[in-house]
Amino acid sequence: MKFSVITFPGSNCDKDCVYVLKDILKQDVVEVFHDEEKLPQGIDCIVLPGGFSYGDYLRSGAIARFSKIIPSVIDFANKGGLIIGICNGFQILCEIGLLPGALTRNKSLNFICDEVYLKVVNNKTPFTRLYKEGEIIKLPIAHGDGRYVSKDLDKSQIVFQYCDKDGNVSERSNPNGSINNIAGITGSTLNSQFSTLNSINVLGMMPHPERACENILGSEDGKRLFESIIENVVYK
Amino acid sequence: MCLRKPKVTTTTKDKLQTKKEQLAKLKLTSDEYSKIVELIGKEPNDVELHMFSVMWSEHCCYKNSKALLKEFPTKNKYVVVGPGENAGVIDIGDGTRIAFKIESHNRPTAVEPFQGATTGVGGILRDIFTMGARPIAILDSLRFGDLNIPHSKFLFSGAVSGIGHYGNCTGIPNIGGEAYFYPTYNENPLVNAMAIGIMETDSIVKSGANGIGNAVLYVGAKTGKDGLGGASFASSGLTDKSHEDRPAVQVGDPFTEKILIEACLEAFKSGYVVAAQDMGAAGLTCSTSEMAAKGNVGIEIDLDKVPIRTTSLTPIEYMLSESQERMLFVVKKDSKAELTKIFTKWGLDCVQIGEITAGEKVIVRHKNNVVVDLPAKSLVNETPVYKREAKEPLYFKENKNFDQDQIPDINPEEVLATLKKLLASPNICSKKWIYSKYDHQVQTNTILKPGGSAGIIRLKSGTIEKGLAVSLDGNSMYVYLDPYIGSKIAVCEAARNISCTGALPIAITNNLNFGNPEKPEIYWQLQESARGIKDACTELDTPVTGGNVSLYNETNGVDIWPTPVIGTIGYIEDTNLVIDHSFKKSGDAILLLGKQKPEIGASEYLYLKTKKVCGQVPELDIDLEKKVQLEVRELIKRKLIQSAHDCSIGGLFVTLCECAFPNELGFKLNPQFSILNSRLDAQLFGETQSRIVISVSKEHLHGVESYLKESNCPYQIIGEVSDRSIEIKSINLKAETNELKSIYDGSLTKIFSQ
Repeated sequence: MKFSVITFPGSNCDKDCVYVLKDILKQDVVEVFHDEEKLPQGIDCIVLPGGFSYGDYLRSGAIARFSKIIPSVIDFANKGGLIIGICNGFQILCEIGLLPGALTRNKSLNFICDEVYLKVVNNKTPFTRLYKEGEIIKLPIAHGDGRYVSKDLDKSQIVFQYCDKDGNVSERSNPNGSINNIAGITGSTLNSQFSTLNSINVLGMMPHPERACENILGSEDGKRLFESIIENVVYK
Repeated sequence: MCLRKPKVTTTTKDKLQTKKEQLAKLKLTSDEYSKIVELIGKEPNDVELHMFSVMWSEHCCYKNSKALLKEFPTKNKYVVVGPGENAGVIDIGDGTRIAFKIESHNRPTAVEPFQGATTGVGGILRDIFTMGARPIAILDSLRFGDLNIPHSKFLFSGAVSGIGHYGNCTGIPNIGGEAYFYPTYNENPLVNAMAIGIMETDSIVKSGANGIGNAVLYVGAKTGKDGLGGASFASSGLTDKSHEDRPAVQVGDPFTEKILIEACLEAFKSGYVVAAQDMGAAGLTCSTSEMAAKGNVGIEIDLDKVPIRTTSLTPIEYMLSESQERMLFVVKKDSKAELTKIFTKWGLDCVQIGEITAGEKVIVRHKNNVVVDLPAKSLVNETPVYKREAKEPLYFKENKNFDQDQIPDINPEEVLATLKKLLASPNICSKKWIYSKYDHQVQTNTILKPGGSAGIIRLKSGTIEKGLAVSLDGNSMYVYLDPYIGSKIAVCEAARNISCTGALPIAITNNLNFGNPEKPEIYWQLQESARGIKDACTELDTPVTGGNVSLYNETNGVDIWPTPVIGTIGYIEDTNLVIDHSFKKSGDAILLLGKQKPEIGASEYLYLKTKKVCGQVPELDIDLEKKVQLEVRELIKRKLIQSAHDCSIGGLFVTLCECAFPNELGFKLNPQFSILNSRLDAQLFGETQSRIVISVSKEHLHGVESYLKESNCPYQIIGEVSDRSIEIKSINLKAETNELKSIYDGSLTKIFSQ
């Protein structure tokens, strides 16, 4: 299948995503620069990578929202295309409005780089179908603005929650102060009220699955996320 | 302050006085002034004199250290580029070349910690990518004052935020470092940042200009009034008035740096760029004159073409500004359009401001006037070199007579309380408070994260992947007490940390942070330290490929401890072989490679106990050091051991705890262990060198022992890994791992929540 990784000025996980998709998962990847207006033909999934787009000096993701490529991204989503936003990509998805809520400054006010445990709350999504429901996985985080807040979020949209290694979701296991220990949410551009496996097409998450696809880096737990997408597209 | 206008009745004496004042302000001596006049055959004008002020500062020309630095070994089979370029380069085979260097940003951090540290990282990254290398890792070495003082906390937390801000945003993992806290750094903290890059261009981009008529391009951020005279500010001591020099501190913008990295690497790959240099210290002055001097050509630039972010600048401001994220390129004639396209794509300025000329002169125009006309080499090559008077300091003599027998040995019942104190010491405790603020995983290459012996990154290749190990070390208490041995130890310890992962140490970069070299005692420290580095590097075959010198680290006349920081780079053929320092399994045997000696001098234990800095620095037997390192690497290569950890600050007991903590295991020491005929405190907390703690599974113990015996490597089995508790039966000591671990893990957090 064909992925597209979009690079904004200041993206710094774009190459990591390309590497995982191309070299580890052996998929086609087209790199797209922010100032292009059209996406290449035949894209199955867009990846908005992590980083500090435009330095994130105003508000994370706030300037990236005005990039030339964004209308095409929205259009792609509205047609049901799959989009995953990781870290800064999640922040951009919220700024664009493809996902509800916002990512605010971490509760500690510090940037945090660590490895965290996540509970897979919903495996009935195209991004998580290869995980078991309730499975505990380990992924890296690295962000300053990861505290998810929202008034409009439907609980069914929660896909990953921060937890401890035994799966307890508590304040102690919440690294950044997100409501409901939220680490990742899904959305559907088709009908956000009643998300089903078939209609969910957007994922935003703060942890970095692309940094956990090889055992030598400490975890392979992120790999199944990309494999879920591939299976979803190739075998749908 | 401007120069006084000449009065009609001005006497020669007045003129001389005025000149003297101006020279003092520019930190030039009258002798240096006379030499300038002689060299250029005229009285320099104001702009020219300012240029000399920065170019002849210690920071730019190493006038006090050059004579010592040239003694360093600089070559082995790996070194491709040694000292003198923006960074050193080593070749680790198959065409893989690695650029690396360390640099300090001490003075700026003392007056504005966030920006000071931020721009320290920015500067060292530019040194790396200027060579055509993509930065792949950062490390930082920090020295701050007593954390009980609020000002130290302010400086330290500001610097950590600054380092994180720049590294995180540019997307370069911070894979390790070190931090020490002593009162000597209360006013004058040290921030040394090291960067490593992998060459992306076919040929290494150098800084010597060539090709008469080639264009000089200015690329990157616009020029402002920040960092004016930063180089000479960085070459003088701090005083109560140093905060007034805040305009000499540059302001960093990591976002611009990130796009500058991408744009520059793209530009270098185009083949149009003949030479490049970043505009760091001394800005346009340094880049124009050095590029011309190194290439034996001249350079002409027009200041009116330089992009500025303010309404106007004076020629002095143009020439001295240290605004960040700027580069100077010399490019092939007629390639301007192609290069402009690349920089425009990234939203950066790319403007031709001049060209390369014959005649080896730096000519600068401003509003159609020639404001600078100087031989390039007068600024760069003809700089003064001082070999200053050296005198052994009194404290050194006195400390030689220190008798450790006057310190009573520790009572067995005090051991646990002492261990807890040491584990909580900011010099020993976990540095997670620092490195959790740094992205250490971006670029997906980090195999050994901060917190262990050395940081390791793999070089992606798809099959068997090579790895680079990097360690920064420099125990300044040792160096203060004995600059020669202390500096040798710093080199050995950095190498030992590398060897403990399985990698072979191959080269170093160093940052020499010292006090005022005009004082004979300080020059003596510098001279002895340089001699120690030279000897150790020669013995270990880890040449010096470059580095940085930071002198005049003094506040109101009081100098810091001599603090050389050694950044060693190592190489491992197959990253699957890499091991870390953590114990893996209960029941594994614990071995100590090296020898136990009854030493407590210069240890953190003695410092905590006596509140004094005293004692003989541990002995260093370089042959034993080499032996121990060689054999640990060999054991790792043969996949015979589970973990290896260098025994350093805090001594053996602290080292064992550090091995037990990551997997929440414990250890039991053998009953015979403490019945040795020597002091208990020396055995547990002494900092004897050339020791490595390894753990070995039962199935390999026989193999390891016979290997060590055959190779004549001294070792002893000191105990075994156990579950969750720490035990020394012979002194009735037992403690829970988790309790000790929480002290070790939580100490910095506790200090900062107070």
